[in-house]
Amino acid sequence: MNILHDLLFDYTLRNVALGSAFLGVVSGVLGCFAVLRRQGLMGDALSHAALPGVCLAYMLTGSKMPITLMLGAAIAGWIGMLLILTIIRRTRVDSGSALGIVLTVFFGLGVVLLTVIQKRNDANQAGLDKFLFGQAAALVQEQIVTMGIIGGVALLVVAFLFKEFKLVAFDPEFAGTIGFSPNRIGTALTGLLVVAIVIGLNTVGVILMSAMLIAPAAAARQWTNSLAKMVGIAALVGAGSGVTGAILSVTQDGVPTGPAIVLCLSLCAVVSILFGSAQGVVWDLVRRQRSRAAMEAPR
Amino acid sequence: MTQPEPTPAVFVRDLTVAYEEKPVLWDIDLDIPQATLTAIVGPNGAGKSTLIKTILGLVPAAAGTVRIFGEAYALNRKSVGYVPQRGSVDWDFPTDALDVVMMGLYGKLGWVRRPGKAERQTALNCLDQVGMADFAKRQISQLSGGQQQRVFLARALAQDARLYFMDEPFAGVDATTEVAIVNILKSLRDAGKTVVVVHHDLDSVPTYFERVVLLNVRLITSGPVGEVFTAENLQRAYGGRIAFLDR
Repeated sequence: MNILHDLLFDYTLRNVALGSAFLGVVSGVLGCFAVLRRQGLMGDALSHAALPGVCLAYMLTGSKMPITLMLGAAIAGWIGMLLILTIIRRTRVDSGSALGIVLTVFFGLGVVLLTVIQKRNDANQAGLDKFLFGQAAALVQEQIVTMGIIGGVALLVVAFLFKEFKLVAFDPEFAGTIGFSPNRIGTALTGLLVVAIVIGLNTVGVILMSAMLIAPAAAARQWTNSLAKMVGIAALVGAGSGVTGAILSVTQDGVPTGPAIVLCLSLCAVVSILFGSAQGVVWDLVRRQRSRAAMEAPR
Repeated sequence: MTQPEPTPAVFVRDLTVAYEEKPVLWDIDLDIPQATLTAIVGPNGAGKSTLIKTILGLVPAAAGTVRIFGEAYALNRKSVGYVPQRGSVDWDFPTDALDVVMMGLYGKLGWVRRPGKAERQTALNCLDQVGMADFAKRQISQLSGGQQQRVFLARALAQDARLYFMDEPFAGVDATTEVAIVNILKSLRDAGKTVVVVHHDLDSVPTYFERVVLLNVRLITSGPVGEVFTAENLQRAYGGRIAFLDR
């Protein structure tokens, strides 16, 4: 009960839990579309691509205001996204290689910039390296509010364009023939993915962010055959794992938040893949056994 | 509403499409009259799918003109229905048959507006027309190939179009489904709709269709089956491979 009390009244824990839960919802929702469009790895490439944006934003402004750093991350993420999409659409390089190229080049640049910043000897820079694995314990109210506004807008867009997003995720060609440009809607979806990534950088960090996108969607898919329900379950899984991971991180001093949340998510995903009611391995076996028994029964 | 010279449903002039320098379609001129049932046939790689995708604006043309009922496709989207190849989508997508059919109504709904009760009813009627009313709530991965094809057909019916393009609607379906689909195509034609079908089975062309387009990168010929579906034209389209018709 102590934890429950702290969740409500302890400033740090309340912030951390709120921020991680909200991040879980946004990344769970947008991750569903990424996974269904077979773009799970896109999230990984884009979150790595955001790192140099964070560094450059700090170097140019000298400010660690969350909105400044998030904007830098978003711009770098979007540039990474446009690069990937251009490489895929305009060259013969396949999508896997395009993701690999952008991920490593941007992340490499980000690490170099981090080193440069750390060598500049200014006291203010401390903490930028937290963007690698995330440090939820450092979340302040200002960041939570910023995350809330940006993520809230992203969720609203999904709510309004749910029909269009579903159509493009399922049958982009058909969408194109009836006037819903799959390129434009696809770019919008990937753009929103960048938004989810950006609000996750403080908490989970660039390296493990893609798990926040993929794992809730993969887990949710095992429990339902409806997209709307899948999105809802993914949001719940994301939020639940976010809160649990954040509590672990804050109470067990020194455990970085990103890995803690990702471990919770992985547990959810493994349990779902085994026991999920719609696609889970165990129920699949049971159903097969039953139908075999039913077929053999009349003899 | 009889016109002396009705506008062709599809009008194509000098259409050339190329992927990376290599021509896929070369200088196609084609008219498809309204209220006809037309098959597009030709060997693999002849550009059959590319032809309908270019007409639908999915593949950019290197040169040429396409008109649908005398207008650009973008202005006439709502009069055109499309059945893509069944294999072009992931049937493991989390949705049911009814939901897929409702997607046929999205074009008319426009942006943001969600389908409601009226749309559900329309979609159910369309599923009923293809004999799939009992499968409305079935997850699409649990449908057989023929049933999936019928769902796609029902989605096209929901579009309530005047002109339909269908990419191999008979691929991988059983004999019963094939007959059911042919009957639907014929009743569409009888209702004054124009239906254009990419088709693989040469044997059934004369029984299913009244017009045929023979294609092999260039247009070999097009016209009424009785006039142009000849051994000589087939030889020109398929070359020496006539003995090994694909599939």
